[in-house]
Amino acid sequence: MSSEDAKVCPITANHIKVALVGQPNVGKSMLINSVSNAHLHVGNFSGVTVDKTEVLFDYKNYHFTVVDLPGTYALTDYTIEERVTNEYLCTEDYDIIINVVDSTNLEKNLQLTSELLTMSKKVVIALNMSDEAEKEGIKINAEYMTELIGVPCIKVSAATKEGIEELIEAVAIKHETSKNRPKLVFSESVEEEIAQLVWYLDKHKYNSTNSYRNVAINLLKGNKKTYAKLHDEPIWIELQPILIEATKHIELHHDSDDIKEAFAEEYAAFNRGIAAEVLKQKKVEEKKTLTEKIDSILIHPIFGIPIFLFFMWSLFQLTFVIGNIPMDYISMFFTWFGDTIGATIGNDDIRSLVVDGVIAGVGAVVLFVPNIIILFVGIALLEGTGYMSRVAFLLDGFFHKFGLHGQSFIPLVTGFGCSIPAYMSARILKNDRDRLLTLFIIGFMSCGARLPVYVLFSGAFFAPDMAGNVLFAIYISGAMLGLIAAKVLKLTAFKGKDEPFVMEMPKYRLPTFKLIWHTVLTKTMMYLKKAGTFIAGAAMLIWFLSNYPHNIDLTKSYETKIEKTQDVREKNILKNQLSETQLEQSYLGRIGKFSEPLFAPLGFDWKMSVALQAGIAAKEVVVSTLGVLYALGNDVDQNSNSLMGAISKNISFPSAVAFIVVIMIYLPCFAASIVFTREAGHIKYFFYLFAFTSIVAYVMAFIAYNVTSFLL
Amino acid sequence: MKTLLDCHKDCKVRIVKLNTGGELKQRLISFGIMKGAEVEVLEHAPAKSTIEIKVGKMRIALRGEEAKFIDVEKI
Ligand SMILES: Nc1nc2c(ncn2[C@@H]2O[C@H](COP(=O)(O)OP(=O)(O)OP(=O)(O)O)[C@@H](O)[C@H]2O)c(=O)[nH]1
Ligand SMILES: [Mg+2]
Repeated sequence: MSSEDAKVCPITANHIKVALVGQPNVGKSMLINSVSNAHLHVGNFSGVTVDKTEVLFDYKNYHFTVVDLPGTYALTDYTIEERVTNEYLCTEDYDIIINVVDSTNLEKNLQLTSELLTMSKKVVIALNMSDEAEKEGIKINAEYMTELIGVPCIKVSAATKEGIEELIEAVAIKHETSKNRPKLVFSESVEEEIAQLVWYLDKHKYNSTNSYRNVAINLLKGNKKTYAKLHDEPIWIELQPILIEATKHIELHHDSDDIKEAFAEEYAAFNRGIAAEVLKQKKVEEKKTLTEKIDSILIHPIFGIPIFLFFMWSLFQLTFVIGNIPMDYISMFFTWFGDTIGATIGNDDIRSLVVDGVIAGVGAVVLFVPNIIILFVGIALLEGTGYMSRVAFLLDGFFHKFGLHGQSFIPLVTGFGCSIPAYMSARILKNDRDRLLTLFIIGFMSCGARLPVYVLFSGAFFAPDMAGNVLFAIYISGAMLGLIAAKVLKLTAFKGKDEPFVMEMPKYRLPTFKLIWHTVLTKTMMYLKKAGTFIAGAAMLIWFLSNYPHNIDLTKSYETKIEKTQDVREKNILKNQLSETQLEQSYLGRIGKFSEPLFAPLGFDWKMSVALQAGIAAKEVVVSTLGVLYALGNDVDQNSNSLMGAISKNISFPSAVAFIVVIMIYLPCFAASIVFTREAGHIKYFFYLFAFTSIVAYVMAFIAYNVTSFLL
Repeated sequence: MKTLLDCHKDCKVRIVKLNTGGELKQRLISFGIMKGAEVEVLEHAPAKSTIEIKVGKMRIALRGEEAKFIDVEKI
């Protein structure tokens, strides 16, 4: 606990630490959002939450710390996210578990519940999605269920906030009372073996925090931790043969050679029993649910993929067409803002720093906020409706050919928004090789910060009705390149056998407006915040580097020349020449000139080279740098006020294509590189990634430049 | 013995045995795909590379390669 917390809550006795556990996609994160003012990421597919997150809130005189954990089907540890949950439950210190279950699929959800009940922890069950259950005509008798399994069961709905207070109340009460003795009943043959083990443990007065019954169950299930603990005890010698005998009996009874399978069947039978007792399905189930009807179209063997491509195409079309409507206004606003602010500043240098540095740089980035918002809305819909898993289903066959796992689709799509959460969400991949492979190609999925560069260039070189298509083509070719890169890596660096693909397909849900609004707002605010801080700072740096050192002699010689001529046009040309030369002689110009030979084969001038190098920090900086550089260079030219105009005038088409190719492929940004390194687990992978993306980017851009030059 | 891979769209079967071990088996079991469970095939991707099934109320996608380890019988 931090010192700040201590100040707010001096009475530590009223602290309750709650671990939120449940199967994936049952609404754990949403439940936390509805009790506190947190905005945890919510989405309609399994594996949204991949890391534990703590949320603090107060209720009456209690201070709650709720830990949101990744969903898990059973207490296993195949994937990293499952490991996070399992480890947390077994090793961390917490007071109580809220087991969140999906009321519309009770029997399946109880599978995890019955596992939790064998741990020596206080448990409260939240029967979530009660609103949906009601719509489907499912009635759960919560009181009866409480009685049957000996654990408080509370009906709640994270969506409508029904029952939330009762749930918190129940947690508080449970916290005060003693541990419950859950009533988990097995078949007769298993009960016999349990009784025998309990009798034995009791005879030797074995010292344990967990009840003897739970210890016995865990032993029979082959729970590694319980084994490890008992293994060092003297009673082990006698216990072991009893255990082996008991296991044999159970396996025989279940006609299986796998005790885990036998126990899964035991649990399933228990759960079926509970569900049969407490559940009442009022409506007769339709032959096909709505979800299945929608699925028969959306994952149709022939139409499925074209429909998906059509959605993507529409999204980029919208991004361009609608996103560009406010662009002129934003651009006008920043020009006006710059002029107004500029008029109040006397000092030439400071004025230039503010107007040409900060305002031009930040303005260039903010200009694309509408486009980014539309992209974010698209991703939020994909995540919120349940379509995400369908696309993973559709693409698995295709992905598989390229050595990728169908579920890789989820981090890859997240990558279209931002690479950082995408690197995190690769944790849903079970196998380390698959995960590393996916990590390496996430960068090929162009993140939101690259969208401005694409919009800028496609807007500069194509008519508005074509630009949307170009945008779509850029994204698709990026993804294609990614797939090819995956194949190459799979054949060379990440050889190995394929992993199974088993994935839940959630039911379709219509995300509420509020949910979409919050998701998009959070992401947009992050973009704006970055523009206001990091990008503004970078723009200042770029401005400084491009203005100094001042060459006073040069300025003087030009100024005398300008004064001599009478012709206005001549004057303008001279002024432009002056600022161009000044720029070239600046620090930045020198850096650019120095690296120009490296980029010359790709057709880049020094300004483009500098923008690319600055882009290693963040992709938004590419646009802001171009904004600063062209704002400075073209100060006097009133006609090409807009950056788009400046670009179409100063950059040749083949160079622009090569530039886009590099942006598409090379490192996403500094922050993402750090997360990549952390997720990959070793710094060497960062150097691999850097080398890999730089080489591919260079080679592809070289090809693109020469092919386009040849064709034109 | 018929496997889940041999089933057509819309066919309903009961699982007899999981013909696999280790992680895949655990994974399948944790999704409720176990002996005695009733399964309905909902959709096939082209060439049965991936199939969608329904177990209880849950829809699950899995690869054809995995479906062929699941022995089933008609109900
Ligand atoms: N109708 C309804 N929908 C809900 C409710 N709770 C959650 N949802 C929806 O269920 C989906 C999953 O919610 P999440 O909160 O992301 O689920 P989670 O348990 O955190 O999932 P993971 O992090 O993947 O384990 C989202 O689409 C929510 O909008 C509820 O009470 N009623
Ligand atoms: Mg979650």
